[in-house]
Amino acid sequence: MRCSDASAGPPLWLLAELTYRCPLQCPYCSNPLDYADREQELSTEQWLDVLRQGRAMGAAQLGFSGGEPLVRKDLPELIAGARELGYYTNLITSGLGLTEAKVQAFAEAGLDHIQVSFQASDPELNNAVAGSKKAFEQKLAMARAVKEAGYPMVLNFVIHRHNIHQMSDILTLCESLGADYVELATCQYYGWAFANREGLMPSRGQLETAEATVNRFRDDLRKQGHPMKVIFVTPDYYEERPKACMNGWGSLFLTVAPDGTALPCHSARLLPIEFPNVQSMSLEEIWYQSPGFNHYRGDSWMPEPCRSCDEKGKDFGGCRCQAYLLTGDADNADPVCAKSPHHDRILAARTAAEHATAGLDDLVYRNTKNSRVFFRK
Amino acid sequence: MADIPNLRRGFRFQWEPAQQSHVLLYPEGMVKLNASAGAILAEVDGVQSIQEIIASLESKFPEAGSLSGDVEQFLADAANQHWIEWL
Repeated sequence: MRCSDASAGPPLWLLAELTYRCPLQCPYCSNPLDYADREQELSTEQWLDVLRQGRAMGAAQLGFSGGEPLVRKDLPELIAGARELGYYTNLITSGLGLTEAKVQAFAEAGLDHIQVSFQASDPELNNAVAGSKKAFEQKLAMARAVKEAGYPMVLNFVIHRHNIHQMSDILTLCESLGADYVELATCQYYGWAFANREGLMPSRGQLETAEATVNRFRDDLRKQGHPMKVIFVTPDYYEERPKACMNGWGSLFLTVAPDGTALPCHSARLLPIEFPNVQSMSLEEIWYQSPGFNHYRGDSWMPEPCRSCDEKGKDFGGCRCQAYLLTGDADNADPVCAKSPHHDRILAARTAAEHATAGLDDLVYRNTKNSRVFFRK
Repeated sequence: MADIPNLRRGFRFQWEPAQQSHVLLYPEGMVKLNASAGAILAEVDGVQSIQEIIASLESKFPEAGSLSGDVEQFLADAANQHWIEWL
């Protein structure tokens, strides 16, 4: 029995996944494989109510995400409502569906920041990964519009074996666009990315070359006193200790999925745990009392080797979703850990990455047709 | 000489009741500030010079004595982190 934990702090970060609809088909999307079967979306009023409750509990950072959040017609209203409540509002977008007029309108509504995702540094690869012929050109135009309107700008690139050789070009592109932050987020293997892992995971050699390139670029920026900040999220599949996933279960992050399901992270939906819905429970009750959110709080749930490990307060046993995907039991230590009896599964993935031959055509792209196949399973 | 500090565009300073502290918010991030950092950033408005900020804080906290060293150090660090810019 896992009971409620009154010592949990407030959710400081709220991620509002407004919709699973998206014009792009990136094969590493973190949305559920069966998203096509989850078409229900909260109404404007319901979202505003979630935002009010979250803010009252102490949430200060708010991400509008998806899918592609721009497909929600009520986005300006949600932004204005959030800003009025005192949130720092982040729009996490592909840039598709964005226009200069919208960039301006969102600024007037109080939007604090726009993050634009790219798939590569050149149109050909970018558009192939995104599954959209005009994506790259549109992203460039929108990045310029975001900058023009005076927003701070984050450019996000998900990194995998097909674009990891572009680090230098990617960083040069970001600098020329005036990015304030660059996120080079190496693919994390959940959702669609897990289904495509063999075709996405870089080899160790590729990774080391990329890291050296990023470090050189960072040094140059530092010498110039350049404000552009480069964040390189390295893949945990090449680590010997797991990441402190989400800074601990139900510790800081609260995700609300399009249909109102509340989750401790945007991947947790894949776990065999029942998560509450904002339509039937208050956010406060969800965060502090619901069994779903208390399931992995603290450390009394931990089996060995985590239970007696002196690092359990540092990494919380790693990622529950990764433990589930790789071992079939979410209670297990994250197999990234060299102490895990399942660490061989990580080693096997590394070996596979050394010998992978899959091209872009071999990946399963995130679209409704493919999603329905997973739904039927 | 540039001596007026201003928060960089995209950075927001505000009081958070749930954390009982001032915070600095920026794209996808938040820094929880201790009381002295909060008191200094509360004076940063793009109008007051660093000398005026020091004078204002010294009059608010007379028991603290001279604050110029602390304020200069903090603002230099903040500029280094690109939280503020000098106008």
